[in-house]
Amino acid sequence: MWIFDRDLWGEIFNTLGKNMLRTFLTMIGVILAMLILILLLGGSNGLSNGFNKIFEGTASNSLFVWSQRTSEPYKGFERGRRIRFKIEDAEIIKKQIPEIEVLAPRIELGSHRDVVTVYRRGRKSGSAVYGDYPEIDNITKKKLVEGRFLNQSDIDDSKKVCVIGEETYKLLFDKGEKAVGEDIRINGVFFRIVGIYKPNNNINIDGENAVFIPFSTFQKAFNSGDRMGWMAIAVDPDTKVAVVESKIKKILKAKYDISPKDERAIGSFDMSEVFNSISAFTTVLKGFSFFVGIFTLLAGVIAISNILLITVKERTKEIGVRRALGATPKVVRRQIVLEAIVLTTFAGLIGFTISVGALALIEIALSGGDVPIDNPMINIPQFTVSFLLMVALSTLIGLIPANRAVKIKPIDALREE
Amino acid sequence: MIEIKNLHKSYKMGSNALHVLKGIDFSVKEGELVAIMGSSGSGKSTLLNIIGMLDTLDEGSYTLDGVPIKDLNETKAANYRNKFLGFVFQSFNLINYKNAMENVALPLYYQKVGRKERQEKAMKYLEQVGLKEWATHLPSELSGGQKQRVAIARAMAAEPKVLLADEPTGALDSTTSYEVMDLIQKINDEGNTILVVTHEEDIAHMCKRIVHLKDGVIVEDKKVKQVRAKNYV
Repeated sequence: MWIFDRDLWGEIFNTLGKNMLRTFLTMIGVILAMLILILLLGGSNGLSNGFNKIFEGTASNSLFVWSQRTSEPYKGFERGRRIRFKIEDAEIIKKQIPEIEVLAPRIELGSHRDVVTVYRRGRKSGSAVYGDYPEIDNITKKKLVEGRFLNQSDIDDSKKVCVIGEETYKLLFDKGEKAVGEDIRINGVFFRIVGIYKPNNNINIDGENAVFIPFSTFQKAFNSGDRMGWMAIAVDPDTKVAVVESKIKKILKAKYDISPKDERAIGSFDMSEVFNSISAFTTVLKGFSFFVGIFTLLAGVIAISNILLITVKERTKEIGVRRALGATPKVVRRQIVLEAIVLTTFAGLIGFTISVGALALIEIALSGGDVPIDNPMINIPQFTVSFLLMVALSTLIGLIPANRAVKIKPIDALREE
Repeated sequence: MIEIKNLHKSYKMGSNALHVLKGIDFSVKEGELVAIMGSSGSGKSTLLNIIGMLDTLDEGSYTLDGVPIKDLNETKAANYRNKFLGFVFQSFNLINYKNAMENVALPLYYQKVGRKERQEKAMKYLEQVGLKEWATHLPSELSGGQKQRVAIARAMAAEPKVLLADEPTGALDSTTSYEVMDLIQKINDEGNTILVVTHEEDIAHMCKRIVHLKDGVIVEDKKVKQVRAKNYV
C-alpha cells in the first residue's frame, strides 16, 4: 500500500519542510478557520447546554392550568364570576384525555403567590404553602439536600409532614441545625419536616421559600374541602401540548358553564412553547455557526491551494526531472494532493487543539456565573464531520495544483532558458 | 537498439509551422557511443527528445530495443523512460534538497524497488563514478563535475538500455569535461549504448561515431577513431 510508503511521506515532508515560513503562513489560514469553526460550534453547544441546564428537571412537554374570572356572560351568569376548580376535575380530565401522563393537582394557602407566616420556636418565615401530590416531582423536580419528598403514604394517611425550601430553613433554623424531624407551625397546625430542597438556577415555579404538605393533609388542616387551585400536567412526548390544552379547557368550560369564546376564565401556560422556541434558537445558531465555519475553512483551504500552485510553478523543473526519470502522472498528482491534505490536516489539528484549549478556558472563566453557557465543547460527531469535510475539501482543492503539475511536460520543464 | 525511419517533426509557431526534423533515418546498435553534432537549431536536441520519449514524432517510426514507440500516453511514456532510458542533462538537474545518494536512488523509487535495495544500488553506482564519500552531500556542496557524475550515476542506476546525454559537458570547464567524458567512455566500454548531443568537436571525437545534423537532416554519419579522454585528465 502506497499509504505506508515511507519514501512517499519523506518526499512530502521534505518539500513542505523546505520552506518552513511559507508552509507556516499557508497553514495560518486553515488554523484560524478551524479555530473559528470550533469556537462557534463549541460556543453554540455551550449555549444550548446552558439553556438545557435551566430546563433541567422540568418536564418540557408540560402545561399548567389554573382558574380565573370569566370575561363573558354565559347561560345567565354574569361576567366576572370567579371559577373554582374541584379536585374531581383532575380525575375527569385524566380519564378523558389518555395522552396525559402525569396530572398533579395543587392547592395554595391564600391566593396565588400569597405568603403565609410559618412559625418555629419564636422564629418566623413568610412562605408560600402548597398542598401537593407526590406526582408534582415528575414535572418540576426538587433537588433535595436532606430527607425525602412527599410520598403516597403521606397522602393516604393525611400525615402532617412537610418539605421546606432552603430559604425557609435559613429563616427558621440556625446554620447546621438539624431540621428533619423538627416541627413547624402553619395557621396553628404543626407539621413535621421530612425533607429540605435546594433552590437552583433552573426554572423555579414554586419559589425558593416554600413549604409543601400532602394535598389530603392540606384539605383537612385548612378546611379547603374539595377545592383545587391548579393543575400541573405532563403530556405524552409524542403529543402536542396545545392539543391537550384545548381539550382540557373544553371539558372545564362545559363543566363550569363558561362561554366557549371566553379566553380568560381559565389560565394556562404551555411549557413546551418556551422550550421549543429556545431549542429552535440554539439549532439555528448551531447551523449558522457550522455554515460560517465551513466557509471560513473553505477560504483557508483555497489559500493552501493557491500556495501549492505557486510551489508547483517553482518546482516545474524538479517535476520535469522526476517525469523524465519515470514518475507517472499519477505519482505526481498523488504527491501534490497529499501535500494539500497533509498541510490542511496538520493546520486543522493545530487549530483544533488551540480552540479546544480556548473552550476549556471559557468554561473555567464562565463556570458559576450567570451566563447561560455550560460545557462549551464540540462533540465527537461534530469533530468528525468537520474533520472529514476539511480533508475532503483539501483533496478537491489540492487537485487544482496537482493537475497543473501533471500538465508540466518534461520537455518544457527541461528546456534550457 | 535504436531504429528511426523517415522521422519528421515540426513545431507550430503561431501561424507558420517550423519544420525541425525533415526525414531522419538513423539507427544505433548496442554498445555504440554516438555523438550527435550540429549547430543550434539543427534539430539535434529535438531528435534526442524524441528518442528520449520526451517529445512525440509527427511522422515516421521509432523502435527501441524491438519495441515500437508510438501512441504513448503520459503514463506509458513515463514507464518506458524509466525502463529503457537514462538521462544526463547539461544543467545536471539534480534535485537540490536531496543528497547525492537520494538523487541516484530516485529512478529506482519510480521502479518501485525496495528502500534497502535502492540504497545499496545507489551506493554501488556512486562508487562507480568515484563519489562514494560524497553520498550524503547535497548538490549545493558538490562541484560541477561532481554534480554531473552524480547525474550519470543516477542515469545508470535504473540500468537503462540507452543513456542519453544532452550536452553533458556544456556547463563544465575542459578538464572537468574530459573527466566526465572519461566516465562516459568507461560506461560505454562495459557495453552500454550511449548517445551524446554536443557541439564541441573534441567531445564528439571522444565518441566512436559522429552524426552531423544540419537544418533537420543528417548531413554526415561517420565512424571515428575514439580519442581516449583519460589522456587529457
